[in-house]
Amino acid sequence: MPPPEKAALGPVRRDFSPWTNPDAVPLIRFENVTKKYGDFTAVHNLTLNIYEREFFALLGPSGCGKTTLMRMIAGFEEPTEGKVILAGRDLVGVPPYKRPVNMMFQSYALFPHMSVADNVAFGLKQANMPKAERDARVTEMLTLVKLDKFGGRKPHQLSGGQRQRVALARSLALKPKVLLLDEPLGALDKKLREETQFELTDLQVTLGMTFLIVTHDQEEAMTVADRIAVMDHGRIVQVATPGEIYEQPNSRYVADFIGDVNVIPARVESGTGNALKLKSAWTDAPIEITGAPEVAKGADAWIALRPEKIAISRDAPTPGTPNVLAGEVWDIGYLGDLSIYRVKLPSGDIVKAQVSNSTRLVERPITWEDKVWLSWQPEQAVLLTS
Amino acid sequence: MNNGLSRFNIVSLTLGFAFLYIPIVLLVIYSFNASRLVTVWGGWSTQWYVALWNNQQLLDAAWITARVAFISASIATVLGTMAAIALVRHGRFKGRTLFSGLVYAPLVMPEVITGLSLLLLFVAMGVARGFWTVILAHITFAMCYVAIVVQSRLLSFDRSLEEAAQDLGATPAKTFFVITLPIIAPAVVSGWMLAFTLSLDDLVIASFTTGPGATTLPMRIYSSVRLGVTPEINAVCTILIGIVTLVVIAVSIATKRAQVERDRAERMAEQGGIMVAANAG
Repeated sequence: MPPPEKAALGPVRRDFSPWTNPDAVPLIRFENVTKKYGDFTAVHNLTLNIYEREFFALLGPSGCGKTTLMRMIAGFEEPTEGKVILAGRDLVGVPPYKRPVNMMFQSYALFPHMSVADNVAFGLKQANMPKAERDARVTEMLTLVKLDKFGGRKPHQLSGGQRQRVALARSLALKPKVLLLDEPLGALDKKLREETQFELTDLQVTLGMTFLIVTHDQEEAMTVADRIAVMDHGRIVQVATPGEIYEQPNSRYVADFIGDVNVIPARVESGTGNALKLKSAWTDAPIEITGAPEVAKGADAWIALRPEKIAISRDAPTPGTPNVLAGEVWDIGYLGDLSIYRVKLPSGDIVKAQVSNSTRLVERPITWEDKVWLSWQPEQAVLLTS
Repeated sequence: MNNGLSRFNIVSLTLGFAFLYIPIVLLVIYSFNASRLVTVWGGWSTQWYVALWNNQQLLDAAWITARVAFISASIATVLGTMAAIALVRHGRFKGRTLFSGLVYAPLVMPEVITGLSLLLLFVAMGVARGFWTVILAHITFAMCYVAIVVQSRLLSFDRSLEEAAQDLGATPAKTFFVITLPIIAPAVVSGWMLAFTLSLDDLVIASFTTGPGATTLPMRIYSSVRLGVTPEINAVCTILIGIVTLVVIAVSIATKRAQVERDRAERMAEQGGIMVAANAG
């Protein structure tokens, strides 16, 4: 979006973490919210705080309750139990047209019989804004999304990307307290989606508004959001920043949903404090891990290991190196920027290791059926108990 | 495959259309007959149209029919649209299947039965039969045609449009009039025109439910024909055919246009999407 503010974005983003401040008052608060459709429970007794100026993502597979949660803020669904609080006021029972939030719909929901400018002006007309002011706001909004020359067109005369921008301008026109984005980029192709993701984050900081996005695309959530809530079957599994979600997932579900991961089932053998030795059926040697939570001896646990944290080599590592697995290259996925090796262990299990292709020409690359050694440092793995 | 018509196709088309339209074409031609005798051709003339203009009885009947058709079509359109919205929108309410069955029933009900049952109702209620009872009867059977036409449009209506309007501050009532109604308007207009022509044509139900002073045009024509067909009747029928044809053409053009518009919009959007992708790349 507009470049002048660009310089200010970094510091704003860097110091922003109201969720770590126990005195901060959330802008949106779901308090023990349950939503039932007959026998089906879409949302289970859920509590969640979202803070002002935050870009918050609800992430999960379809049917996990994320859209229901968003529609409760918009007013299209009412909770069966619990409260939805916005700026200190319980929204339950308030009809959608009286709520100070606006939503951008997955289908964009542009009014086909109105021009682009009339679409953007619709909310302003409902608010009885005087015509001169309204026209100025419409121009401002259309300029913001770089569509100022398209005001006279009808929605069907626009491309998918332009329609997406009109929908965005329309939902921003009333300057709502919260902008709700329901899978806003789902209908765009990959390149355009990536660009638009960065534009959205810049726009959110520039406008100083609170954005709540619902998505099933983990990359999208990681790119745009300050914090992500990963949801499963109507429950929040983890709420954290993208970095924490990726590097410190709290369960196998989160580790597996975000990015690629090797999950090695194991049992705690010995260890003190947070340095543990585990035994796994995948290898005879014990697996060492540090920085792990306290886990009782003999307890079942899982070792989550990202493919890019594993080193792969055709040469045997020096004796005494911890966490070495020997195996044979079973499959190679060449993606250009990186290659993914699927290595088969003697136990029959497959481990994925990822190598960044930082040089163009390699004398003798690792290839199919090569005997290789995989290794990783004890602090690179995450110990999961659920 | 050959796009041209084979000889067999030409023959069957000709036969089919001849079967359908020879009687109508004959009627239209004979309405311009100069002879008094319907079956004898006496040269071209428009005298029967002039005579028609001076036939007060026929003109009165035409005026009644026009008013009945207009009023009943308008009310049937409102009620039919409301029924369609209830059926499509309010999902699985109790008795939905029964209600939708009941809306469609008059479509397959023999007209004689509809007419007779309405007659019995009016008699039982002690309502004086005439202009307004014909209108009520026509509303009853035209409404279900409107409901079907509007319902099929509503099924493809994106509900998030209404949610978006409400999200932007429009009350449900305002949303209906500013968003829903303009978008489904072509279907509502089609429904109205259909109801109008149905009412214009109806003889059986009108005969059952009418009273003194409210003789519709089809009834007038039918009773004159029983005394012998006059070229004047041919002229009236030709005009009626003209009106109905115009309405039917208008409806099909409106439908076709909406379809073409939708297709074009989709095509343009696809092309636009590709262009944007190309620009981005």
